[in-house]
Amino acid sequence: MTNKIINSGSELPSCGGVGGGSSFSPPVEGAGEAAISVQHISKSYKEVQAVRDISLEVQKGELFGLIGPDGAGKTTLMRILMTLLIPDEGHATMGGFDVVKGYKKIRKIVGYMPGRFSLYQDLTVEENLNFFATVFQTTVAENYDLIHDIYVQIEPFKNRLAGKLSGGMKQKLALSCALIHKPEILVLDEPTTGVDAVSRKEFWEMLKKLQAKGITILVSTPYMDEATLCNRVALMQKGKVLNIDTPRKLVENYTRKLYAIKSKDMHRLILDLRSYEKTDSAYAFGEYLHVTGKNDEVEASEFENFLLKKNHTELQVFDNEPGIEDVFMELMNE
Amino acid sequence: MKTIFYVIQKEFIQVRRNKTMLRMIVMIPLLQMLVLVFAATYDLKNVNIFLVDKDMSSTSRKLASKFEASPFFTINNASFSPEEGEKELLRNADNMVLVIPKGFERKLIRDDKASLQLLVNAIDGQAAQLGYSYAASVIRGFNKNIIAEWKGLPEFNPPFQINAVPRYWYNAELEYKWYMAPGVLAILVTLIGLFLSGMSLVKEKEQGTIEQLNVTPIRKIHFLAGKLIPFIVIALFDLSFGLLIAKIVFNLPIVGSLGLVFGFGILYLIGILGLGLFISTVADTQQQVMFVTYFFMMIFILMGGIFTPVDSMPKWAQLFDEANPVFHFMKVMRMVILKGSDFGDLIHEFFALCILGFTFLSLSVLRYRKTA
Repeated sequence: MTNKIINSGSELPSCGGVGGGSSFSPPVEGAGEAAISVQHISKSYKEVQAVRDISLEVQKGELFGLIGPDGAGKTTLMRILMTLLIPDEGHATMGGFDVVKGYKKIRKIVGYMPGRFSLYQDLTVEENLNFFATVFQTTVAENYDLIHDIYVQIEPFKNRLAGKLSGGMKQKLALSCALIHKPEILVLDEPTTGVDAVSRKEFWEMLKKLQAKGITILVSTPYMDEATLCNRVALMQKGKVLNIDTPRKLVENYTRKLYAIKSKDMHRLILDLRSYEKTDSAYAFGEYLHVTGKNDEVEASEFENFLLKKNHTELQVFDNEPGIEDVFMELMNE
Repeated sequence: MKTIFYVIQKEFIQVRRNKTMLRMIVMIPLLQMLVLVFAATYDLKNVNIFLVDKDMSSTSRKLASKFEASPFFTINNASFSPEEGEKELLRNADNMVLVIPKGFERKLIRDDKASLQLLVNAIDGQAAQLGYSYAASVIRGFNKNIIAEWKGLPEFNPPFQINAVPRYWYNAELEYKWYMAPGVLAILVTLIGLFLSGMSLVKEKEQGTIEQLNVTPIRKIHFLAGKLIPFIVIALFDLSFGLLIAKIVFNLPIVGSLGLVFGFGILYLIGILGLGLFISTVADTQQQVMFVTYFFMMIFILMGGIFTPVDSMPKWAQLFDEANPVFHFMKVMRMVILKGSDFGDLIHEFFALCILGFTFLSLSVLRYRKTA
């Protein structure tokens, strides 16, 4: 299966999904509407190729998602954009500045929230905020309006050490620190990993508000359900971009006929379905299996009859509307 | 400027909140000055002698009483069997066995010459040497008296002899603690400086804060200054603390100028902290920093001449010591504190420390990159 993905991946038109992206000429400083532009970026760590020939573009004011499992290359791509890594090949610009040559300028206009909590655990909330404000040669008061909504929630704990905050609070503090210098572009690496469902929802609401204030946001997440909250997403897998589009278009372009199937013995169900010659794919999604046939002519009744013969009880088979997960699974399998 | 100030303030807050570090800063000078200086003494005291007097004559008893009278020796045990004495040596109960053979007095009178046997426990060569030479001087004194006595020379008309009377300069009482204290102070400053600076940078790596800091427009020089200045201040505080202890507890005479001590202290610390920072730019974890730092400390300190004079080391070791900051600083400390040397006497050390400091600091500046 692994080989299959790599082989088929190389046939994917790079950056083909972005309108006009492939014809984008190497950017000049400050030109164009793209806040982030990535052109054929590759990066390897010794033998592992973390990022392979990635190209994408994020428009000004866009909320752009990098969606993919662990090891897809999301963090590497972000670290290159954040000028923390130098790419092996390709060009990239942030706010019109080259990530290699213009790194000093980029650092002034970009806010970054790494995947791992990276503030001083032995400083208080307030001290952290003041420290980063100073390092960015500004003050908390100067940009307070931008972080106000977020900061009020952690203000009651402003004298608490950052290391003693709860996960959600830490994340809000990290976001405040990333915003303290009023960045044009905000880069968030898996901000919602390990955060509870309520905090996750709140966090995305905060992102939407920030977007409304004109900040371009690049966010990565392993959660497919968060993809629908982005304006556009890049589906990533093994260092490659599989597809780039709006979440709606991605789903619309999914033309396969999809069935949801459930029975009493789910484990045996998935084994049986995968052994069936008319099954193309069968994956667990919540309490159902999402199943596609070898071709779209395979009827629901065919699955039903097959499974009844295998003595499955409490069987349910019905048509299902595809979600972004199904698109991703489909792309991964190509 | 404001950035530097803030970075420094941040470091101080972090040190203040780190209970282990605070304890180290206070306890290390106390322990080092009070324990190391006392313990690492070469002053000879309490040499236990096992006496085997097979002669039992008036002369042999006189000799024994000479040893008894010396402040350095105690006759701990006596017996007629040298074997028993050997056993005591093995047990480490006595340091020396003095065997006076049978017929010692008779031989001395008849042949004008007699021998004694001295068995010395020489596990610690230095102590054995010292014990032996003290014992030899007791015997020599005894010898001289006996000649005068027997030849019947009047006391006011002694035989001709050249008498060299040594005068010990700079440390007239040969107080070993005074010699050790400046050296231990140098070690103290080294320890605090190397560990604190090394740990603090690698801690930022371990906790990932360096990642957050690297994407800010903070200048490398500001960041490194923020890592240097607080630890120079802390190490200088410990230097004053240690000097104070030495003054109060050992009555250490501080002959030279304190300004020179602290001036060289700052120069030395810049180099040492530079080395600490360099180690922590190369290492990834605090553990690695500990190991590497420890390695450097051992070599620098043992070769720096705290226990053994550098002049008696092999030529290559002396050449190596030119690149050993501890060696230079220890020398400066001893020269200024005990001898009162002024800057003119320390030009060589000054340039050596400048070159070393510049090298270590540049290494760390070059190695520290904001981009991986």
